[in-house]
Amino acid sequence: MTAEPDGPEDRLRRFATIWSRAVFPVTSTSLTRPEFEEQLLPLARRLSEALRARNFAADEARAVGAALIEAHCTDPEALTRTLDCVDAYLVLYCGEDRPQDEMRMRSSRLQHSMAAGFAQALRERTLAEQEAIAQAALRAQGVVAQALHASEARFRAVFEGAAIGIGIADLDGNVLQVNGALLRMFGGSEQSVRGRNVMEWTHPEDAPQTWKLYDELVRGEREHYHVEKAFNRPDGTVLWTNLTVSLLRDADGSPQYQLALMEDTTERRLLNLRLRYEATHDALTGLPNRTLFFERLEKALGAGEGQRFGLCYLDLDGFKTINDSLGHAAGDRLLVEVADRLQSCATAPGEMVARLGGDEFVALTTGPGTEREVDELAERIMHALVTPIRIDGRELLVRGSIGIVEGPAGERTPAEVLRSADITMYRAKSAGGNRFELADPEADARAITRHGLTTALPAALDRGEFFIEYQPLVHLGDGSVRGAEALVRWLHPQHGVLGPDRFIPLAEHTGLIVPLGRWVLEESVRQAREWRERYVDETTAGPLRINVNLSPCQLTHPGLVQDTVDILERAGVQPDSLCLEVTESALIGADDDLLKPLRRLAEMGVDIALDDFGTGYSNLANLRRLPVSILKLDRSFTQSMQQFPADPVDLKIVEGIVSLAHSLDLAVTVEGVETGAQAEQLRILGCDTAQGWYYARPGPPERLHELALVDATG
Amino acid sequence: MERPAWAPRSIDISVPSVSRIYDYYLGGSHNFEVDREAARKAMEFMPGLPKIMQANRAFMRRAVGFAAEEGIDQFLDVGSGIPTFGNVHEVAQAARPGARVVYVDHDPVAVAHSQAVLAGNEAADVVAADLRKPQEILSSPQVERLIDLNRPVALLLVAILHFVEDADDPYSAVAELREALAPGSLLILTHASYEGIPLPPERAEGAVDVYKDIRNPLIMRSRDEIARFFEGYDMVEPGLVPMPRWRPQAAPEDEDPYAFSGFAGVGRTA
Repeated sequence: MTAEPDGPEDRLRRFATIWSRAVFPVTSTSLTRPEFEEQLLPLARRLSEALRARNFAADEARAVGAALIEAHCTDPEALTRTLDCVDAYLVLYCGEDRPQDEMRMRSSRLQHSMAAGFAQALRERTLAEQEAIAQAALRAQGVVAQALHASEARFRAVFEGAAIGIGIADLDGNVLQVNGALLRMFGGSEQSVRGRNVMEWTHPEDAPQTWKLYDELVRGEREHYHVEKAFNRPDGTVLWTNLTVSLLRDADGSPQYQLALMEDTTERRLLNLRLRYEATHDALTGLPNRTLFFERLEKALGAGEGQRFGLCYLDLDGFKTINDSLGHAAGDRLLVEVADRLQSCATAPGEMVARLGGDEFVALTTGPGTEREVDELAERIMHALVTPIRIDGRELLVRGSIGIVEGPAGERTPAEVLRSADITMYRAKSAGGNRFELADPEADARAITRHGLTTALPAALDRGEFFIEYQPLVHLGDGSVRGAEALVRWLHPQHGVLGPDRFIPLAEHTGLIVPLGRWVLEESVRQAREWRERYVDETTAGPLRINVNLSPCQLTHPGLVQDTVDILERAGVQPDSLCLEVTESALIGADDDLLKPLRRLAEMGVDIALDDFGTGYSNLANLRRLPVSILKLDRSFTQSMQQFPADPVDLKIVEGIVSLAHSLDLAVTVEGVETGAQAEQLRILGCDTAQGWYYARPGPPERLHELALVDATG
Repeated sequence: MERPAWAPRSIDISVPSVSRIYDYYLGGSHNFEVDREAARKAMEFMPGLPKIMQANRAFMRRAVGFAAEEGIDQFLDVGSGIPTFGNVHEVAQAARPGARVVYVDHDPVAVAHSQAVLAGNEAADVVAADLRKPQEILSSPQVERLIDLNRPVALLLVAILHFVEDADDPYSAVAELREALAPGSLLILTHASYEGIPLPPERAEGAVDVYKDIRNPLIMRSRDEIARFFEGYDMVEPGLVPMPRWRPQAAPEDEDPYAFSGFAGVGRTA
């Protein structure tokens, strides 16, 4: 639309601009003011046209008033400003040249109409919006009610379908509602549960705090509690439950109901009792087992002042033989009988008997008087074993060794007590068995050291804690050094240097002797080669030989021959530079199988020496059969020769042995030579070589070389 | 068993609602006396509150128009309240017929009202969900039906974040929504702040206290704090500014001084 300056259209627009400027600040529209003005322009045109219409109709302005509401001019201030604006400017800008009075009258009537239209539209819009928001609130409430209903229905399904029992009671204890699971737990009859009062459900096994917790809960002092509780069923059986009771409060927080959730644990409880019994009892004898015994021992050791304990640790003598010869079934029956007899020995309160395993049993007595009681208990046990046990028509004589530990509570741990008892029992056993011994701290300490050494042995070999000393072997005829005996030592981190007597028996016991022996052989052979390489030209008596001890265990080890050959070959040492020393006792009763490896070694040129000759049961006739080339006479024969004059009987014996040995083509070496007189005597008696402190104590390999040099020059 | 987070135990229209108060400020009658009472009380401290709401609506209108010009035809309006007039779907669908709009609110009355308003509009729907649980919004059937998250979306968080307390971690919630949007998406946001209010802070605090009293605390944040909601997004010109200064279509000087309270901005994903 074109608008000539100051033409009617331009004037109309100016009116609309003034109107929009007046009203815009009080509208809620999100339009800009110019956009808003565009909205008002058609309204201004309608007013303008109505003002000048041939047939004046004031109602035309009603629609304009209503249109203001549609343009979101809902603030009454918008109407005021509109009327002000129309009153002041409509006639001025839109009245053209019509009579002023007529125009003013028409404008006034238009304003009245417009106000009415505005009011009516605002009223309708307000009512419509109020209706809409009320409807929305109602619908929202419906949605929430539906959600509530759904959650209620879900809750009911959970309540009815739950596997755990659920019950609701009021705060006086009256049962209001229970679910099917709870009814089934009580045996299924409604009368036994509904309408009852929870206070009636006391049970002799109720824990002391059960009803205290209940009182606190119904008083509102506690939100929930959890107990294990038993109930009597109408049929007289007992229902065990895991019971959780919670307090339900209303919206204001005041206590209203109690909610009980219970889980039937009757079966599980029985199973637990059985499992507990099985876990703490020996299946064969029915006696308490190690677990239960340790629990009781721990309790006894934790008892208060003045309390003591006494423990008998019994191990049957020779049970293995019975098991091996009569079979395990018979062995088991024997153990059952022994168990029964032991049980009858410990019937007083505070006494118990347990089977620790195998043929090991313990009897425990507790209380203030165990110092006396434990001896009596041990005697009763020994006495109970006296009568032979009849098995498969045989009368078996059962003997046992008992270690007794007795003492005040609170000083030792169960493990310490049992170890002491174990050690003491072994002491009784090694003293011949069929007896009891009392624990002795010193004996314990020795055994504990032995135990410590045994467990430290394998690591000691890995860590290189062993070393070898060499004691020279001297030719009695010319006094020259012919070789040396290798003697293994253990440089123990705590105990210092230990001799072979301290650890070789332990190594044999654990089997570690095989790797340890192999290491000693390797090391000694390597040393022999070193001597040969470095000093062969300086000595006159040929290569130095090396003597290495073989333990009985090594003798039976299948790899002995191969290992020895490998070691010699690797070192490049001739077999005749090696002498293996075997004790006489190891060869007593040796059959051909045992002798075969020795024979093979002897055939290769390795010398075999019979060590400690004369200490065992010397079967002289057997000597011929053995692949032996040297006898090493035990030091006991030479001891009396340290004095002068020597015992003539000893002289005769040695002379006889030497003569016998020479006639069998065996050389004789004597040990323990400590004086010159001794050496001279032995030389006269015809012994070939000697070793002992008179020549040198065992020492490092360099020392031997020095001796050899002295010998060669002197 | 758990009842949906949005569903309160009951609808209590005796408690004022921020969406109905908002409607009252905009001259609507979708409100009850409790709402009007709270609104009038806040206006005792800040008489210009309606002007702030109006500026919010005007900004939203311009921002939606901008998004439509940028080619965006999917809109997710979180905290939509009670749509009286000038709503996102009206503006968006006028600019781009068929534009899809999903409104989100956690006020059940606002949701029920929106359902009535949107009845018959195939391209627009409303979700009852809470901004604090973005996954409930993103995985709602309405969003799945109307919004293709592989294409750009305009996410509107207009006048809502100042109702989320720090304890509810609004930054994480917004981050989760941002991360769900495809490249080219826009984040359209306004937030209340003490900055720009033409009153001493003590006076403004009086209005803030009214919201605290109706258990819908108004959390005023600084410009820097508000900017953090755009983390990882590029700000569209002119950045985070008072509402009337964001791409004005009329001279900002003509605006009511209250319209400059708080900040508005639009960010875009790289």
